[in-house]
Amino acid sequence: MNLKNVRNLGVKELRGLWRDWIMLALIVYSFSLSVWTSANSSPETLSNAAISIVDEDQSQLSSRIVSAFYQPYFVPPNLITAAEIDTRMDAGLDTFALNIPPDFQRDVLAGKAPAIQLNIDATRMSQAFTGGGYVSQIVSSEVSEFVSGYRAQSTLPVELALRARYNPSLDPGWFGAINSVIQSITMLSLILTGSALIREKEHGTVEHLLVMPVTPTEIMLSKIWSMGLVVLLGSTFSLTVVVQGLMNVPVAGSVPLFLAGAVLMMVAMTSMGIFMATVAGTMPQFALLMMMVLIPLQILSGGMTPRESMPEFIQTIMLAAPNTHFIILSQSILFRGAGLEVVWPQLLALAVIGAVLFWLALRQFRAFLR
Amino acid sequence: MTGADQPPVASVSDLILRYGKVTALDRVTLDIPAGMMVGLIGPDGVGKSSLLSLLAGARVIQDGGVHVLGGDMRDAGHRSRVCPRIAYMPQGLGKNLYPTLSVEENLEFFGRLFGHDKAERDRRILDLLTATGMSPFRDRPAAKLSGGMKQKLGLCCALIHDPDLLILDEPTTGVDPLSRRQFWDLIDSIRATRPDMSVITATAYMEEAARFDWLVAMNAGKVLATGTTAELLARTGAADLDRAFIALLPAADRGDDQEVVIPPRDATDGEIAIEAEHLTQRFGDFTAVNDVSFRIAKGEIFGFLGSNGCGKTTTMKMLTGLLEPTEGIARLFGHEVDARDLAVRRRVGFMSQAFSLYSELTVRQNLELHARLFALEEAKIPARVAEMAERFDLGDVADALPEALPLGIRQRLSLAVALIHGPEILILDEPTSGVDPVARNGFWRILADLSRKDGVTIFVSTHFMNEAEWCDRISLMHAGEVLISDTAEAIKASKGCETLEDAFVAYLQEAIDKTAPPPAPAPEAANQAAPAAAPAPPHPQRRFSLRRLLSYSRLESLQLQRDPIRLAMALVGSLLLMVVIGLGINMDVEDLTFAVLDRDQTTASRDYVADIAGSRYFTERPALQGYDDMDARMRAGEISLAIEIPAGFAADVARGRTVEIGAWFDGANPTQSGTVQGYIQGMHGDWITRKMREALGSAALAGDFELVTRYRYNPDVKSIVAMVPAVLPMLLLMIPAILTTLSVAREKELGSIINFYVTPVTRLEFLLGKQLPYMALAMVNFVLMMVMAVFVFRVPFTGSFIGFSMSALVFVTASTALGFLVSVFISSQVAALFATTLLTMIPAVSYSGLIDPVSSLEGFGRTIGEVYPATWFITAARGAFSKSFGFVELIQPTLAMAASVPIILGLSVSFLKKQER
Repeated sequence: MNLKNVRNLGVKELRGLWRDWIMLALIVYSFSLSVWTSANSSPETLSNAAISIVDEDQSQLSSRIVSAFYQPYFVPPNLITAAEIDTRMDAGLDTFALNIPPDFQRDVLAGKAPAIQLNIDATRMSQAFTGGGYVSQIVSSEVSEFVSGYRAQSTLPVELALRARYNPSLDPGWFGAINSVIQSITMLSLILTGSALIREKEHGTVEHLLVMPVTPTEIMLSKIWSMGLVVLLGSTFSLTVVVQGLMNVPVAGSVPLFLAGAVLMMVAMTSMGIFMATVAGTMPQFALLMMMVLIPLQILSGGMTPRESMPEFIQTIMLAAPNTHFIILSQSILFRGAGLEVVWPQLLALAVIGAVLFWLALRQFRAFLR
Repeated sequence: MTGADQPPVASVSDLILRYGKVTALDRVTLDIPAGMMVGLIGPDGVGKSSLLSLLAGARVIQDGGVHVLGGDMRDAGHRSRVCPRIAYMPQGLGKNLYPTLSVEENLEFFGRLFGHDKAERDRRILDLLTATGMSPFRDRPAAKLSGGMKQKLGLCCALIHDPDLLILDEPTTGVDPLSRRQFWDLIDSIRATRPDMSVITATAYMEEAARFDWLVAMNAGKVLATGTTAELLARTGAADLDRAFIALLPAADRGDDQEVVIPPRDATDGEIAIEAEHLTQRFGDFTAVNDVSFRIAKGEIFGFLGSNGCGKTTTMKMLTGLLEPTEGIARLFGHEVDARDLAVRRRVGFMSQAFSLYSELTVRQNLELHARLFALEEAKIPARVAEMAERFDLGDVADALPEALPLGIRQRLSLAVALIHGPEILILDEPTSGVDPVARNGFWRILADLSRKDGVTIFVSTHFMNEAEWCDRISLMHAGEVLISDTAEAIKASKGCETLEDAFVAYLQEAIDKTAPPPAPAPEAANQAAPAAAPAPPHPQRRFSLRRLLSYSRLESLQLQRDPIRLAMALVGSLLLMVVIGLGINMDVEDLTFAVLDRDQTTASRDYVADIAGSRYFTERPALQGYDDMDARMRAGEISLAIEIPAGFAADVARGRTVEIGAWFDGANPTQSGTVQGYIQGMHGDWITRKMREALGSAALAGDFELVTRYRYNPDVKSIVAMVPAVLPMLLLMIPAILTTLSVAREKELGSIINFYVTPVTRLEFLLGKQLPYMALAMVNFVLMMVMAVFVFRVPFTGSFIGFSMSALVFVTASTALGFLVSVFISSQVAALFATTLLTMIPAVSYSGLIDPVSSLEGFGRTIGEVYPATWFITAARGAFSKSFGFVELIQPTLAMAASVPIILGLSVSFLKKQER
């Protein structure tokens, strides 16, 4: 193998990328704007939830409760009759329906502990849980305040001091931002190499390369190092400038260690990109194939929801995917400040998977060049 | 000829056509006589194709007038009246054919478009296939036909409806001489039976053009001259059309054109440069090259002729060591070629057909890259690049991108690149296809120089007979075999022919007669076959035709069946994604790992821990040894929750002193940690309540009121139950929309959209025809997903299945139509894919009541939400799955969706153009 060829061909790839405005825009977007938006959009927080209230009491207390629901958490409540609850919920107009029974205020003051009914449309899962908690808090604080004239302060003999580690204020933006960098690394290393190969194939330049004194291994390595370098620079920029600098998200562990993991990940993903490009042949086919491969990889690797809540067999299968190990590694390093002594199994796994994928891709690439 | 006294079949006046800044047609005014064989001559890129597509009505007229068959082609009514009388065969081998469809399926498709019933179709197809000799190949996919056969099939497709005007755009480019001759014989015999038919043809071959009735010479968007061949020759005083054309060019374009004179070769040096001995190459059971042998002396120019796909390129690859021969030996300078030996490649320069240069690198960068790859010494590279730029006259364009350069200059660059390392052998694969005669002559002068002065051995393939005559020796290949290998004179003499072309045709005919019984009746037979087709009455153009519509449905399903990646996406794409989402996205937090640092070690502390360990949410791990242990295990991700119970816990609780239990949890993933927080607070509260009740009795804890929470429709609050009715609409929206967008964008990208432009199919038929198969597939997906949801994920389905299926049908009608709406604005498949994903998913996620009901949205979002079909289908899906919607309850959302279908389709139809812009 001639390393000079690998270098020269790689430089050619970089020059080609430099003239591809669409790809450049995609790279810039994935490492800046996309990171920013995924940090600032957190679908789990409650905003403008739809609530209706049946006020059969029409008392001072019930109107206090009604007026306690305000934006941005809730839309101003609709006042409806008890008969409307079912039809409105069936039609999906309300997520919450609170039913304040007749004589509620009287019964509360009399210490009879009357029941107040909260209907939650549990098909809107993400709102149901958080929203239910909010409603119950709002109602009880209004009732206690009304009853005692001041905010209730109940002391419990045993207190629970809950502390969140690694993200003390539980800011969802931290997770969103870092996770988005991880996802961008995965996606771009796959797309860039795959499309670089397909571009050569569509322009007929692959044939041309073959009559020159270069080997398939050199061609493949040149694509891997050049596109890997672009992704590496992009992710370093994104992590240090966008995430740490602009968004002030703390990174707990060592960035170089994370980047070392990212390099191994890129070898694996770029090889997969080459493999898929040789299978697909044309850009549209590649894009379709990518949708069917990338989406499952990203969802099942533990980047979106924790691995532990997935079925056992999925967890086992996904051990073969580089994404899983990369996500474990990144989350350990970036969130929990883990060092090499903790993440070496993931590094090892990534290296092995990367080597296997490289070998498979090279074999497929050789066959494709025939 | 009848042309003189008839009105012209087509006339254009002051016609201007621009592509961006490029002017393709510059004030062209022309009358094309009827009933004649008219030829458009000129090199690539002078506006021939643009003119033909305007005549065919396939392209929008920008400026100027076009009248064809007695009417204005700007008038859509006239276009739709005359389109059954015009047949148009666009440029490119098989451009308007569907490569995965067989010969017969292609013909049937066109027959249906022109409204023929089965009996008539069968009769016409039989006639055409017999006349063209294609009958033995009727089941072969178009992609696997040779170039000549593809063009014959294209012609059959064009002739299936007996047109009065036949427009052929370079029908014989890339086709071997015999097929070319057969092609023109076929046209002649058809014209003999239908003397009124006018034919307009563009061609790059002047030999061919010489036999046409009337010629139009074009250059740079302008008409240079018109007239018969004799008139043009007389006007310029040239001996042949090639030279006549050069003489017609303005002086500036003519340059310093000289005759190509190849000096005689000094044959005393007998060294053999290239030697092939019984080379054979098989791919599976297909023999691409069969037992080919020849020897080429050093410094010889050796020509290779043959149709596309006859094995020329494969032979060249074996000679360069790119491909290992199945049998036989290839030698270069007496050494056997070894595919693994890269040293051989340094002695060979290769220039491939497609001008395969890096379009993203400048001329200089291209030269430098190749110099480096051939391991020239770094210090010598600038001098060598400068030398090549000088020799090939590339100095002025050194920093330009190849794409911006004319074909002739790109071709010189390709040659410079192939020669950068000073190879002894130069292999050129059709280097001059599409290049104008002036540039071709210049190119051959360079080749002559290389051969005679530098002693470079040149191995070149070509379709041009005049180029073949310049070679020292020529080989003719057909179906993987070399038919003859000799000098041009000897070949002509051996068959007693006047021209090289005649001699080749004789050889090809002989080869075909030998291998197979004559598959086609000769042109005489065609003469008899064709009249049978003639008396068919012209079909009245109907406003709406189910047959045309279904012909597109058939086409789409056949193509889909033969494209494994798209088929996989269409058949199981949504199922796959549903399984992935169903299994992967799970909000239920279970089996979280936790460990305890119990500094008290009493019954009370163990009781506290037992509560947590006993719940299904948590799994206990070995006890913690101290803070360091906690740090390490948490950092490694082994535990998500750590609990510390202080010393003296039991005693303090007993005495009513305040104690504090410490709990640390992993806050990295906020969704998960929020749930953990909730669980642990809940359990802590329960434990206290239980303790207090044990101590004080239940009365102590009565509150002011009791909040009764009913989780309706999903009492166990399982995420899968909430997820499936939301995911199903997303997938039934996104994937069918992507597939329909792709189906239109594909036609645009591959060029077969031209069939929609020039045949009687209407816009609505085109869209509906394409939509039906995708709707059917989406419904199959729907059923599969329902089975998956109900039987695998065990999501309870409480409503009416029939009602819900009806909703789904209406919804997929809307979602496939949405794909069309996107597609009319987009012409590339990749853009179509991403645009459809974004444009369908963003409103679906944000405005369709997935997270918040549409009723709580405001402004623009609300308006979108109320009209977007996904909103109503999500309502229907949630209702049918969880809210026991019966048939009656499902009617309202279904009607709301149904209302959007005609709107979406109507918009798509009105934006879809039946002409190219």
